[in-house]
Amino acid sequence: MSAVSAAAPGAGGLVDEVFGPPPPQLPPSGPASGGAPVPGEQAPIPIIPGVSRGDRVFRAVFRSAGLSVFVIMGLIALFLATRGAQALRATGWSFLTEQRWQTATHRFGVGAVLLDGIIIALIALVIAVPVALCAAVYIAEYAPAGLRRLLISLIDLMAAVPSIVYGLWGLIFLTPRVIGFEAWLSSHLGGVLPFLKVRNEQVAASFTQSAFIAGVVVALMVIPIICSLSREVFSQAPTGEREGAYALGSTRWGMVRTVVLPFGKGGVIGAVMLGFGRAMGETIAVALIISPVFAISTHPLQAGGNSISALIALRYGESDKLALSALMAAGLVLFLITLLVNMAAAAVISRSRSGAATNE
Amino acid sequence: MTTVTTKAAATATPAATVGTPYLDADSGQVLVRPGAITAADAGSLAGAAAGSLGLVWLLYERILPFSGALGFWVCWYVAFLAFYWGIARTQWESRHVREKIATAVFTGAGVLVVAVLADLIGYIGWRGAKAVGHGNFLTTDMQRTGPLDRLDSGGILHAMIGSLEQLGLATLFAVPLGIAAAVFMSEVGGRLAQPVRTVVNAMTALPSIVAGLFVLGSVILTLGYDRSGFAASLALTVMMMPIVTRASEVVIRVVPNTLREASYALGGSQWRTVWNVVLPTARSGLTTAILLGMARAVGETSPVLLSAGFTPRKNANPFSGQQVSLPLYVWNYVRYPQEDMKVRAFGAALALMSIVLILFVAARVAGGRRPGELSRRSLRRLARDRASGASDASGASAPATSATSTAPPPPAARPAPVTTAVIPSRPEPAS
Repeated sequence: MSAVSAAAPGAGGLVDEVFGPPPPQLPPSGPASGGAPVPGEQAPIPIIPGVSRGDRVFRAVFRSAGLSVFVIMGLIALFLATRGAQALRATGWSFLTEQRWQTATHRFGVGAVLLDGIIIALIALVIAVPVALCAAVYIAEYAPAGLRRLLISLIDLMAAVPSIVYGLWGLIFLTPRVIGFEAWLSSHLGGVLPFLKVRNEQVAASFTQSAFIAGVVVALMVIPIICSLSREVFSQAPTGEREGAYALGSTRWGMVRTVVLPFGKGGVIGAVMLGFGRAMGETIAVALIISPVFAISTHPLQAGGNSISALIALRYGESDKLALSALMAAGLVLFLITLLVNMAAAAVISRSRSGAATNE
Repeated sequence: MTTVTTKAAATATPAATVGTPYLDADSGQVLVRPGAITAADAGSLAGAAAGSLGLVWLLYERILPFSGALGFWVCWYVAFLAFYWGIARTQWESRHVREKIATAVFTGAGVLVVAVLADLIGYIGWRGAKAVGHGNFLTTDMQRTGPLDRLDSGGILHAMIGSLEQLGLATLFAVPLGIAAAVFMSEVGGRLAQPVRTVVNAMTALPSIVAGLFVLGSVILTLGYDRSGFAASLALTVMMMPIVTRASEVVIRVVPNTLREASYALGGSQWRTVWNVVLPTARSGLTTAILLGMARAVGETSPVLLSAGFTPRKNANPFSGQQVSLPLYVWNYVRYPQEDMKVRAFGAALALMSIVLILFVAARVAGGRRPGELSRRSLRRLARDRASGASDASGASAPATSATSTAPPPPAARPAPVTTAVIPSRPEPAS
């Protein structure tokens, strides 16, 4: 670093030597008058250190590492788009609306698959959101301090459990235990809510492999995401407002209702959207449980369902070029949708009051 | 100062200390202990739980034509809340009843989540133990095992090898890249830091199947390589890198700024500061980040499904030939109709879960400390040193200082002496 010994001309010779060459925006009259309004006064001398060669290399290397994420995401979008172009050319815009998936006859599209995936994600959210939010409130507000750390760890562990393990559990453990509940829903509420009706409800097999069971399993995978984010937001609620609520004679539930939940609203909405994105992209558990159909499944308790990711996971082995290209195009649609959902969630979180407080 | 009670305790039955002010012997202050559990609370809760359990059992199992465990527990919980509400109404005012019900609902959700997790792990362990109990399960592959063979032939050796190799390769790629990106965001910064953060967040939520599809489309279809463990590790890298980056950025950001300033003041360059001060200070947090990323990556199925291929044979070379890993093994064999194949899948799932658990516990053990916070052992050593030093000097106040020496400990990282700073070697000219 002592290589910077070629003294620059002018009054700033020594300073230049110590801190490297002055950046170009400095006026040539010397650093003393750099930002000072009046040269004669006792103004602080702004010293703008130069950057040594080692630092320049360091910054370049690490900047390129940071920029590599753009490269990776760009490559993902690029390859999905180029490999999927053939299929998109073959179908045009009808790719987004066509319900069938017959690549041999050029009749394929994500119309049904996408909607079915959204249905599974919505079922998952209906189950996951109340449970996750209540658990988050419990961990943040009610649990004793010693238990709290353990619970936070357990929720993190739940997020780290592989999706294949969830799928296995849902397929073998949960399915036989949930059929009775499904049958009850179908026979008792099916009259009021026709979408709960199931054909052949005497046969247990008409309830297995349904979108509902897949939704329950996906709900378990979404719970830790929503729970840990909301817990973080809840625990950031300002102490002053909490104590204010207590001082006004509120019970703990009153405090939670009037302080913690309103404070965390934005963060919770963002967390739910993130959970939705995760539920949309969930592959293995869904692919393991459902029996794929290519029609909009209006009866979620009935066997049969689908999602884009399950479609890809079950059909990636096809050798036909157009079929693979169609899968790539479907993957591109999934990629764009999750990207949009996550961007929207990030925007919601960062704009909310709680999000600003917890913005890492 | 008197701690004010946070709950109107007058309505509850006044037990010995709850709700009544008392003189705390340790601090000499008058304290009120709010919100402790009284006998009436516990009795109401237990009564409601037991009563609703009995009623629901009678109705659900004996009288009404219902079946299924899930429905039973749902009914029990609803009946429990109703019972609890009724019991609470008879003794407390409505505001308190709401408080009790809210506590019951929130606690119930917490218990439910923990119970589901325990059930998940317990069930996998119970079913998997049958397969792992056979000695050959961990030492053989599936080459000579057909679908009808009993559990005493075949195993998961090849899948274990594949999982560990793919995980190792992915760690090798993802960790330097991820930590470097985190250092860029928090240390180098600049205009690009915020966009990079946004993209990393988006990448964290990337559907795993898309990562697999990307590798399938680029490495396998476009570049023409065969499916292999290496391709799978590339897909895992895409999944693992953003996790490592996000977790590392958080721990790098909480490194106290005073440490950086101290390094700069000693003449350290930015590179030296990051290498000798920031990263060592954040070491325990970075270890956690890496281990958590590994725990996530080892269980990813769908990226591997599309890029690794499948083989029942042992293939220790990740660069050529198809290579199976544990999640893929489960995915493949659980769909056989034979019961023994399903048990094998559970055995592999148990092995996978064990790896995840080991990594997870290791991450928690490694990352229990904040940056700059000393481990318990070094705190003890520090206290001992201080005590001996102080007793040498005066002796009188030594025990007190050593007992309460929880003052901010010196940072764990000691920057190495920096010789190549931007200080000129020439002596300063006399002015």
